[in-house]
Amino acid sequence: MARRYDSRTTIFSPEGRLYQIEYAMEAISHAGTVLGVLAKDGIVLAAEKKVTGKLLDLSSAKQGGYGGSGEKIFLLNSNVVAGVAGITADANSLVNYARQAAQRHLYLYNEDIPVELLAQRLCDLKQGYTQYGGLRPFGVSLLYAGYDPHYHFQLYHSDPSGNYSGWKATCIGANNGTAQSLLKQEYKDDITMEDAIGLVLRVMSKTMDSTTLGSEKLEFATLTLDPATKTPKAKVYRPAEVDALLEKQGLGKKDEDTEMRAT
Amino acid sequence: MDISFALTGKGYVIVAADTTAAHSIIKVKLDEDKIKTLSPHLLMAYTGEPGDTVQFAEYIERNIRLYQIRNIYALRPPSAASWIRRSLADSLRSRKPYSVNLLLGGYDTSTHTPHLYWIDYLGTLASVPFAAHGYGSYFALSLLDRYHDPEASLEEGLATLRRCIDEVSKRLIVSPGKYKVKVVDKDGVRELDF
Repeated sequence: MARRYDSRTTIFSPEGRLYQIEYAMEAISHAGTVLGVLAKDGIVLAAEKKVTGKLLDLSSAKQGGYGGSGEKIFLLNSNVVAGVAGITADANSLVNYARQAAQRHLYLYNEDIPVELLAQRLCDLKQGYTQYGGLRPFGVSLLYAGYDPHYHFQLYHSDPSGNYSGWKATCIGANNGTAQSLLKQEYKDDITMEDAIGLVLRVMSKTMDSTTLGSEKLEFATLTLDPATKTPKAKVYRPAEVDALLEKQGLGKKDEDTEMRAT
Repeated sequence: MDISFALTGKGYVIVAADTTAAHSIIKVKLDEDKIKTLSPHLLMAYTGEPGDTVQFAEYIERNIRLYQIRNIYALRPPSAASWIRRSLADSLRSRKPYSVNLLLGGYDTSTHTPHLYWIDYLGTLASVPFAAHGYGSYFALSLLDRYHDPEASLEEGLATLRRCIDEVSKRLIVSPGKYKVKVVDKDGVRELDF
C-alpha cells in the first residue's frame, strides 16, 4: 500500500510521480464518457450520464436550459461549450471559475475570450494544486469546444495535472480507449457537421454500457456559426431534442424499452 | 498644439502626426516621432500634455507587447482599443490623470479589415472612418467629409491627407512644418516619405 507519498498532492514519490494526480486521473477514467469531434463547420460534444436510477426525479431536468440540459455539458461563454468527466461537484466549481474568467476577459477587452486562453486559465488553476497544495486536486477532465476569430473551431482537452492539448476528435472518461480507436479509424479531415453528429452518436452507442441510447443517459451539444451574423452559436440539446435526434439517426429506443422511459 | 490625422481606405489605415516638440512658445525639436508601433499591425498616434504622452504611450506599448508574449496571439485592434480606453478611463478617475489623446489605427489579420479608433483623454472611444486631434481637426474634418472614400487606394488616401495638411499650413497661425506618415495594412506597419 503506497501510504508514504500519496497523502499530499505536492510530494514526489522516489520514482518521480505525483500519486494524488494519478489517482485523480483514475477517478476520471471511471466517469461517464465525454466525446468531442471537430468538423470543418462546427463541433459536436456528447456526454454519458452515469447514474440514472428509475426513481431519480428528472422532471426538473426535462426543460433543460440555456446553460445546459443536465450535469455534464455546460455553456462557459457564448463561444465555448464544455463537457466534463469526473467528480461533478468539482466540475461545478471549475465551470463557475471559467465563466468568471470569460466575463473578465469580455470586460477588459470587449471580445469573447479566445478558446485556448480560457483553457489556459483553468489549467493554471489546476496546476496550482500540483505544486502549492491544498487538500486534493480537481478530479475533473474537460473537453472545450469553442470558436474564436484566430483559429476558428477548436477542441481542447485538459486533465487534473493542468496539461492541455488540442484535438480533432477525442474522448475522456470510461471506455475512452475503445472510443479513441474507433474515432481514429472513422475520423476524416473535412468531415461535415452532419457526418460528425452521426459519428459521435455511433461511437457513443458502442462505448456506453446500456444497449440503447436515450435522453436520460445522453447529453448532446453542438457549436456552429450563425449563418446570418457569422457569430458562434452554441446549442445544448434539450432531452426531447436528444430523443428526436437519436430517432433520426436510427439509434432511438425500441418499444420493449418503454419501461425505461422516465415519465 | 500637436496635430494628428488618420484615415482608412481599402485595406489600410494611414496615420499622420506633426513632428514638432514645443515648450511654451518655443519649438525645441522638429523631428519628434509621435506615432508608436504597438504591434506588427497596430499604430498609435498620441498628442496632449508633453511628458504624459510619452509616459502613457510607453505604458500601453509595453503592456500590449506583454499580452502578445504571454498569450499565443496579439490583441486584435478592437480589443486593444477597448483596453486602451479603459486604461485612460481608469487614469481619469485617479489622483493624477493622463492628459493624452490618441488615434489608433490597426489591421485585423483574422478578419482582414482595417480599423480606426478615436480616443480622447476623457476615455471616449469612437470607431470612425477618419479622425483628427488638435487644431488641425477644425480644418481637416470638413475636407475629409468631402473627400474621404473607404474604398480609396493608398495613393488616393495620401492625396486626401495632402489636402488636409496643405489647408492647415495655409490657414493655421501656428502650423507645424513637418509630418510623419505611417500606414498599416496586411503586410504590417511602414513609414512613408511624404
